[in-house]
Amino acid sequence: MTPADPPKHTGALARRESRLAWGLLLPTLLIVTLVVALPLLAIFWISFKPVGLADLRPTAPVISERFRMRDGDAQVEYRVRNSSQDKPINGLSFSDTLPEGARIVDLPAPCSVDGQRLTCVFGDVEGGFRDRVRIPVVIDLPENAAEALFEGSEPVGEGRADNILTNSEFTLDNFRRVFDGDEFVQVLWVTMFYTVFGTIGALLVGLFAALLLNKSFRGQGILRGLYLFPYVAPVIAVAFSWVTLFDPFSGSANALLIQMGVTESAINFFGQRPLALIMVTVFEIWRYFPLSFLFILARMQSIDSDMYEAADMDGASPFQKFWYLSLPQLLGILSVLFLLRFIWTFNKFDDIFLLTGGNAGTRTLTVNVYEQAFAISNIGAGAAVAVVIFACLICFAIFFFRFISREEGL
Amino acid sequence: MRLLRFGYVTGPGIGMLWALVIATTLAVALSFATGAGLRPTLWGALILGASCGLLVLRLGAVGYAFACGLAVVLTFSPIAPIMMEESFGSLWKGAVGLLLGLCVFGPLRIILDATPVGVLTRHEFEDAVIRFLTGFGYIFFTAIVLIPFYVMVMTSLKSQQALLQNPLDFSIDLRRGWSLFRSYFELFADFNFGTYLWTSFFISVVTVLITLAFSIPGAYAVARLRFSGRAAFSRSILLIYMVPMIVLALPIYIVFSMTGLRNSILGIVLIYPVTTIPVALYMLQGYFRGLPAEVEEAGLMDGLSRLAVIWKITLPLSLPALASVSLYVFMIAWNEFLLAFMLLDDPSKFTLTRGVAMLNSSEIPRQHLMAGAVIATVPIMAIFLGLERFMTKGLTAGSVKG
Repeated sequence: MTPADPPKHTGALARRESRLAWGLLLPTLLIVTLVVALPLLAIFWISFKPVGLADLRPTAPVISERFRMRDGDAQVEYRVRNSSQDKPINGLSFSDTLPEGARIVDLPAPCSVDGQRLTCVFGDVEGGFRDRVRIPVVIDLPENAAEALFEGSEPVGEGRADNILTNSEFTLDNFRRVFDGDEFVQVLWVTMFYTVFGTIGALLVGLFAALLLNKSFRGQGILRGLYLFPYVAPVIAVAFSWVTLFDPFSGSANALLIQMGVTESAINFFGQRPLALIMVTVFEIWRYFPLSFLFILARMQSIDSDMYEAADMDGASPFQKFWYLSLPQLLGILSVLFLLRFIWTFNKFDDIFLLTGGNAGTRTLTVNVYEQAFAISNIGAGAAVAVVIFACLICFAIFFFRFISREEGL
Repeated sequence: MRLLRFGYVTGPGIGMLWALVIATTLAVALSFATGAGLRPTLWGALILGASCGLLVLRLGAVGYAFACGLAVVLTFSPIAPIMMEESFGSLWKGAVGLLLGLCVFGPLRIILDATPVGVLTRHEFEDAVIRFLTGFGYIFFTAIVLIPFYVMVMTSLKSQQALLQNPLDFSIDLRRGWSLFRSYFELFADFNFGTYLWTSFFISVVTVLITLAFSIPGAYAVARLRFSGRAAFSRSILLIYMVPMIVLALPIYIVFSMTGLRNSILGIVLIYPVTTIPVALYMLQGYFRGLPAEVEEAGLMDGLSRLAVIWKITLPLSLPALASVSLYVFMIAWNEFLLAFMLLDDPSKFTLTRGVAMLNSSEIPRQHLMAGAVIATVPIMAIFLGLERFMTKGLTAGSVKG
């Protein structure tokens, strides 16, 4: 008698199900690969390339055509130039179709004619190259009609130019520039300060708010809705409101503080070295406490009330109940929230960018990407910073998955 | 700690803290409302608070009269809990004093409810502290949430000169009638905000539709169907969630520049859903898992195909979740700033957030910027308040997203 093993192969039904599953997932997979995976690879590629913002416009021949009558002689003029001032173009040429009935009187050196097709070849040219070709022609048409005919057919330029994004020129300069000295340490320290205090602050404030609303009373729903405002409103609106509120010249906060006698002169909240970073962190706490509040409240409302009744019987005081009963129950959600918010705060760009633009010692890694790539116009260096961010994230993610596999529930 | 737990220590102590909170709150609120300078003072508040604390313990409801009287007297004395400018008449001062007395004494009666005069048990003491913290919390949170929005709305109604003259003065002159809203009219007339509003709305709705079209089948597959790689897929969704947009925005900017998709609505519509699909997928698969599989199996037994089951059984059952997800995605798309800022340069194609960013220049007066902010905020707030139930659910389910 053979032992009855479970079947090892997948049956037809299972195969069909798996096929259907992949079919359903295919669109998502495709689009995510296209817009997430490819750009990530591209970032690694670009980070090793000496690319500036100006290099994004590819080097190509620029050709313009003009027809004109000069002393009764018709003439076509082609102007050719290299769009780049410093990069050569190989095999530069252009071709154009001459209108029917046009006859060429004299053909200059680089050009040749095949039927109605005119081709001019310039070969390899340097950056900043420009030239003009004048071809006298004869045509039995009034000037305007002839002009329309000649200029109606667009000349087509050709030429191979080296594209910095696809050639094999690599450099480590970007990373050298990014890791260079004090600036990197400063950026890293700002990022860590912002992330750690922003996350912990939002958690604590959220916990406080959740404790306030964890009882039913009239108006609880309204308050809960109100406390979510900072998170729901567009970041651009609230960030500019803060900037207006704390403006050193026309800000109400300063006027208030001066009138209350807290300060003598106006404080430049977002433009002064240690204060700007603290303000930006406070903004982060203000904007994201609603999120932790919402999660913690949801978890609190699902805690069994039996426990508290038992504690009451045993004579536990309110703080003891919070410390020994609620907090351990909330520890799971708090740690998951901490990890997620930590990563998201680390990734935050909009808030700081809108509040200070990364000035006054608030430049985090993400703002540095923008700063390098667009303010200094060095895309390669921006990409290098992005690679550093990505490396940090991978570390976080590994830690996160170690952890979240135990803390299932989110 | 033991020393604190006497009624005649706890009562005045909490009373002092509470009076400080109330004096500051009233001063700030009145300053913001009238534009005049009011200043809370430490000693006045402490005296008022301590006496009110004792009054609560000793007298109960009769104490109202004494508390209000004391507050009014103090307001006229050199150690007023709230100092007021000379421009305030005695009537005003009296009113503020009365209000102060009521706001300190009334809540204190609740905070110190059932607190004896003598030795307190730990219970009674902590209860009183917690009630004080609760009261403080309500005031604190309401203030920090409301003040920026109040400043935003009121600034948009003022003129530049008025703002520079007295930044605190948010009182509005109702006699100006419709011209109060001049900044708004100018934004719509001269700055194309009508178009931006429409563009933002259009882009957000299209983003919601595309997101749902992609994420519903994907979420169903992850939640219900068995296939190898399911766990890995589930995880990689979360992982994609964690890639910061600025890292992706750089290569996207390069590619869009080269293909001419920059400065086009099409480009934005192509890219927005990708930022929302992982969120939507994650939220929906959680919901689909919670649906009873038996209903679907019954459908299968009755001869429906899988796709027909999704269409006829799963989707109608998950309408509330779809509403939550749609609202959440709408909110993300509506509030999105970074991509719009990087990819759109042509003022005729701006989204609302990009349009508001454009207003942030030294040549454009502040009230225009704030009016733009209000225009961007009001629609999303209206939706949020109207459909708060769904919105809150959506936020809780998917809100690992920042």
